Amino acid sequence: MSAGKILLWVILPYVAITTFVVGHWWRYRRDQFAWTSRSTQLLDRRVLGWASPAFHYGALAAVGGHVIGLCIPESLTASVGISEGFYRWFAGVAGGVAGLVTLVGFLGLIYRRTTSPRVRRTTTRVDMLTYFLLTVLILMGCWMTFGHTLFTDDPYNYRSSIADWWRSIFYLDPDVGAVEGAPLIYQLHAIVAWSFWALFPFSRLVHAWSIPLQYVGRPYILYRRRYRADSSGFRRSI
Amino acid sequence: MTIRAQVAMVMNLDKCIGCHTCSVTCKQVWTNRPGAEYVWFNDVETKPGVGYPKRWEDQEHWKGGWELDRKGRLRLKAGGRLKKLATIFSNPDLPEIDDYYEPWTYDYEKLITAPLSKHDPVARARSQLTGQPLEEIKWGPNWDDNLAGAPERIHQDPLTDGIQEQVKATYEQAFMFYLPRICEHCLNPSCVASCPSGAMYKREEDGIVLVDQEKCRGWRFCVSGCPYKKVYFNHKTGKAEKCTLCYPRIEAGLPTICSETCVGRIRYIGLVLYDVDRVEAAASVPDPHELLDAQRDVFLDPEDPDVRERAARDGIPDDWIEAARRSPVYALAHRYEVALPLHPEFRTLPMVWYVPPLSPIVSALEEDGYEADPDQVFPAIDSMRIPVDYLANLLAAGDSERIRGVLRRLAAMRGHMRKREVLGEHDDAMPASVGMSVDDVEDMYRLLAIAKYDDRYVIPQAHAELGERLMEQQGACGLDFEGGPGNCGAVAPDRGADTEGFMLEGEPGGVDLDLVKMAGGRRRDGGAGPGGGGA
Repeated sequence: MSAGKILLWVILPYVAITTFVVGHWWRYRRDQFAWTSRSTQLLDRRVLGWASPAFHYGALAAVGGHVIGLCIPESLTASVGISEGFYRWFAGVAGGVAGLVTLVGFLGLIYRRTTSPRVRRTTTRVDMLTYFLLTVLILMGCWMTFGHTLFTDDPYNYRSSIADWWRSIFYLDPDVGAVEGAPLIYQLHAIVAWSFWALFPFSRLVHAWSIPLQYVGRPYILYRRRYRADSSGFRRSI
Repeated sequence: MTIRAQVAMVMNLDKCIGCHTCSVTCKQVWTNRPGAEYVWFNDVETKPGVGYPKRWEDQEHWKGGWELDRKGRLRLKAGGRLKKLATIFSNPDLPEIDDYYEPWTYDYEKLITAPLSKHDPVARARSQLTGQPLEEIKWGPNWDDNLAGAPERIHQDPLTDGIQEQVKATYEQAFMFYLPRICEHCLNPSCVASCPSGAMYKREEDGIVLVDQEKCRGWRFCVSGCPYKKVYFNHKTGKAEKCTLCYPRIEAGLPTICSETCVGRIRYIGLVLYDVDRVEAAASVPDPHELLDAQRDVFLDPEDPDVRERAARDGIPDDWIEAARRSPVYALAHRYEVALPLHPEFRTLPMVWYVPPLSPIVSALEEDGYEADPDQVFPAIDSMRIPVDYLANLLAAGDSERIRGVLRRLAAMRGHMRKREVLGEHDDAMPASVGMSVDDVEDMYRLLAIAKYDDRYVIPQAHAELGERLMEQQGACGLDFEGGPGNCGAVAPDRGADTEGFMLEGEPGGVDLDLVKMAGGRRRDGGAGPGGGGA
């Protein structure tokens, strides 16, 4: 095994995962104040109304597809009677729709960000790097879905190669052989994705972890107090 | 019954001269920094007028505040929790910054650096959003001050809907008054209810509504959820900010900056004791005209010994209970019933109340150079539908009888005092005609007309000894992030130390977790208080 392969398929993943975990831990402890969606809706609501939901819902669906595709072994779906052909058809159609919606939304957002002077001015360098990586990832993802899964005579089964390698990283026993033979675009997609995860904790993307699901079960009015009184009338501080 | 204390405010609109000193001093203290250029925690609007942001009172458009559903239950006008989560990526009800105005500055340097030329150099306007020159400034703060542009714009004021025929914008027939506005620090705050992150909260001790700057994630629903549009989005930090009722001053027993610097001495600050368990029922009263009485019923009489005993049991310090007895706010809102809440129909139970102005009616009666005859004022209140209907839309959910009742009391006070002081007559007919005793009318006169500093502001200090960690807050201020107005120096405060254990109580366990926290991230601190909270 060459040093290049170890670098790409073993060292890069572990460096990215470590950066991802430690970066989040550090940022969450140190930088609550900047932990925000950094919305620019106030500055310009043009385009955002359809592009932002399209991008976000599409991306959430795509994330879900990745979780299914990478985390669930082919043997498991086969054992419950889902054939490879049916799986590929379902993944291709659902993934294709999600990818297109994400792409259209993303292009809308990029168009808005570049053509609105107010929004453009809020864009940081980290933002630009984030958008670059997202552009590459989304375009490659769509290409793989349409070019290698849906509209092809020779569909590529990433679940018996890339997915095995991906899971093997978390078993701490990286199976480099499983990824070596994958088409170049799958390999590139994986490499860019690791860079993306490494950048994640340092970008505005962290707001993804703050989806406020707890709002559903929360009382509407929240109170906070500075000192408490107990029932005897004696007030003690906390 | 659970008794809590609220620091509340009353503004006497009759005495507001529209000088904007409150706005300017507030801005200098709180919002004079990047990202908040367009933000006025305190602003003064000319009424009738479009308002700031434009048409903020039109809740059919902005969907702020609460409404009753078909079964009569209280719900947010913008929709429930699931709808909020579904529209979180693009808030359909969020104002755009142009609804406020595009902030700008001037190229002052040009005035100094311009080369010698035939004409004087000009400092051009430059947008603070884009940095580009603004060819034409189309809207700005107080653009329609003193009815400027009223013939074209006055009917954009939502309150003139239905009475457009009567509201005349011509000079001879115009009426106007000023409406200073801050956050209402509501008993039933819809901004707090709208915040998905749980970053907004009402303080149990004094009722001040704040945004926890560390927990805010910039979802923007508080901005649209507030019917008064008094929560603002800082476009630089990506977090919500709002009027803090100058809590560092209130805690020290001092009035807010806007009150302290008020030239007309129109503002009153004092405590109101209320029953927190009855808030929701009061906000759910079906008839909007009944909301005022419902809110007054939530207030508790500090002269009642049972209330005082119960308040002490519920943890309200003795000096706070004494301060509640001397509260000018309780006196004006409840004892004399001359102060009214702003737009009670929003169902937030606001706690900044207003004494409606008698002056539009008096000035309509005045001829050039002559003062209005007080004997004419009384019947005029009943006969002049405008501006009574207008004031009713503002302060009484359209119930003009309420406004007439208050204006009659104010006119009776003037008439009574004029008889006493000018004619030397002592006569209780006028107070009796509005259902008040002579003593009450004269007390009200002292409060409204003499308006001594110590009578206007009855503010007990916060009990620092009750908050163990409060000592560590000494010298700290709100909004103390980098570039914030409270950033007393360049060194970032050690947040871990100064906010730990502060205002932790009242956070229902486990309900305000981020996903990260769900995944095991330790809650580091209360994230609140002057160190990390505020604004």
